[in-house]
Amino acid sequence: MTRLFEGILEAFQLIFSLDPDLLQIVFLSLRVSISAIIIATILGVPMGAFLGLKPEKKPRLISKIIYTFMGIPPVVGGLIIYLLLSRQGPLGVLGLLYTPSAMIIAQVLLATPIITGLSLVGIRSKGPEIVETARSLGADPMLATWTVIKESRLSIFGAIITGFSRVIAEVGAVMIVGGNIAGRTRVMTTAIVLETRRGNYELAIGLGLVLLILAFVINSFLYNIQKGGQAN
Amino acid sequence: MSLTKNLNPLLLVCLILALSMSLVAGGCAGEPAPEPEEEAVEEEVEEVEEVPEEELIDDSITLATTTSTYDSGLLDFLNPIFTEETGLEVEIISQGTGAALETGKRGDADVLLVHDRVSELELVEEGYFVDRYDVMYNDFIFVGPEEDQAGLKNVDKALDGLNMITDSESTFVSRGDDSGTHRKEEHLWEDAGVDPTGEDWYLSIGQGMGDTLNMTDELLGYTLTDRGTYVAMRDNLDLVIVLEGDPVLFNQYGVMAVNPNEHPHVKYEYVLMYIEFLMSGEGQELINSYQVNNETLFSPGYGLE
Amino acid sequence: MLRIINLLTAPTGGVYYFHGCPVPGNTREQVNIQRKMSLVFQKTILFKESVWNNVAYGLRARGYSREEIYERVGSLLDQVGLSDLAKRRADTLSGGEAQRVAIARSVAFDPELLLLDEPTANLDPYNIELIEEMITTLNREKGITVVIVTHNVFQARRIADEVIFLDKGEIVEMGSAEKIFTNPEHEKTRLYVEGKVVF
Repeated sequence: MTRLFEGILEAFQLIFSLDPDLLQIVFLSLRVSISAIIIATILGVPMGAFLGLKPEKKPRLISKIIYTFMGIPPVVGGLIIYLLLSRQGPLGVLGLLYTPSAMIIAQVLLATPIITGLSLVGIRSKGPEIVETARSLGADPMLATWTVIKESRLSIFGAIITGFSRVIAEVGAVMIVGGNIAGRTRVMTTAIVLETRRGNYELAIGLGLVLLILAFVINSFLYNIQKGGQAN
Repeated sequence: MSLTKNLNPLLLVCLILALSMSLVAGGCAGEPAPEPEEEAVEEEVEEVEEVPEEELIDDSITLATTTSTYDSGLLDFLNPIFTEETGLEVEIISQGTGAALETGKRGDADVLLVHDRVSELELVEEGYFVDRYDVMYNDFIFVGPEEDQAGLKNVDKALDGLNMITDSESTFVSRGDDSGTHRKEEHLWEDAGVDPTGEDWYLSIGQGMGDTLNMTDELLGYTLTDRGTYVAMRDNLDLVIVLEGDPVLFNQYGVMAVNPNEHPHVKYEYVLMYIEFLMSGEGQELINSYQVNNETLFSPGYGLE
Repeated sequence: MLRIINLLTAPTGGVYYFHGCPVPGNTREQVNIQRKMSLVFQKTILFKESVWNNVAYGLRARGYSREEIYERVGSLLDQVGLSDLAKRRADTLSGGEAQRVAIARSVAFDPELLLLDEPTANLDPYNIELIEEMITTLNREKGITVVIVTHNVFQARRIADEVIFLDKGEIVEMGSAEKIFTNPEHEKTRLYVEGKVVF
């Protein structure tokens, strides 16, 4: 109990001290996860719309695959990217392993199925009717699809929030492909693992709290946008 | 328990063993013929099986140990034999030395097998642990790419090696996790008069030895590793040993019990059985007989100091 | 059937002529034909935006300029008495209001043909009257051909010029409203318009 309390104290000290090392870790965490989510959204939403608007029967197999990948363990995702990027791997020449880019790629792999899958579900519920309406008003297929995406923004935002929560809290993949290098690829979650292993539990729980607070702030922000889209 | 009584005659045996080992301490690699020893082990095991079957204990103890010990596979070899003899299961928590010591201090483990002699002795002094013994030792080595761009193969002294890495600004991957290996590395840098933290070529990654070796391999860099983990992983690595044998690279492992006066719930009685097992002639021989890829990884205790 | 006319569903057989030309299979050309008409579904879907944006949708889809959209939407809303609702969110409207917005949205781009599927189903008499009024206005003032599918004989009698009587997808009888309602040729038609049979 005292340890937890000390941890909370430490967390506030950490936050208010604006320690440059901590800031750097926080900044990198955000940079990696936000980039990954933006890319995953660009990939996942149109894919979800495409699959969600197809008649239920055809994309059943693809949907199942996507649902399966929604639950892919981060370490497995990380391992796949590691093997692709490693010196002996097919993309080894790019020299991306142990860089933030590698971490972004791994997180895109984790977040895209979630955003695709959840958008798909949201779009499938009302999408076909919306497309018909849009088409009857003279929209071409592109505009009709875009209208569906706009009309389904509630569930799509939900998908993005879920995806973001997953990657910002994820440790397995970034540890493997980033390597937790101090000052370069160390993010909040890998720092927490490290401090736990070092036996610095106060610092670890402090970092954990910082992560939670950050997630809260960002989710509140996204939630407000989502609500804004719901009613005046 | 009559640990000291039992150990006194053992001490002699171990000292003799240790003397013979110190002759080969530098090399360590693959000397003792393993065949006859393994036979001896089997005999002993059979012997034990016959006698105390009714005495088997249905319980377990928790051992906090370092990743390097665990990764080497030694415990997977030793513990089943102990379990067969006593019935006691040994549950292993594998952490960095710093975390393992912390786990022990909090009473979350019953017994520790770690390698940071200075800290261990301090903590015994402070009353956290009792019955500490030098159970075995191995040595640290520098590994790097075959090309050896920094030229470590040409020197024998660890400190010279570190200076060469510094001068050539070759990538050096550090555990950076407060493990025994990491602490050793920090002491060596200190002795070499170099502060590498923050340098571009110095990567502190806060991970276990296996991960560190993998990254070193990927980046064609150098690192300091215990011989055990390196040998166990060598098949998957392109890294080669570039510097070894400097006496400053020896690594003493200690076993110690969590002080039952601090944490009454620890299974002190059973822990003593485990320590006795490790320090017995049988245990020490088992340690010496353990090989990976035809190399002996650990030498029996009392090897140094 | 309205879905086929609006090119949303492919017919199971036969050839579909628009302005005397068979409709091509090519999607781009289909969109061009589609843009000359519009369909209001029985179950109205308005986009979750303002009424104004809903009405402007078809114009935007056709690439009208900002000023033109502003002008056209404004005058249309005036014409059909929806100006007060312009800034309301479409998902906060009542059923009757929503249906009127849906119809307005469908004629904003001056289609040649307006297809209405049961436009007054589930509405109260007051709203039915408003909508029928609106339909007649659009037909008279804007010269839009309106095709209505309805089960309501009285509604057909009130507003239709031409009537096609369908039973189970087959044409039973077609002709001017006057003829169908006063002097039907077919027995089925007669029974239906007299309210004696419900098919």
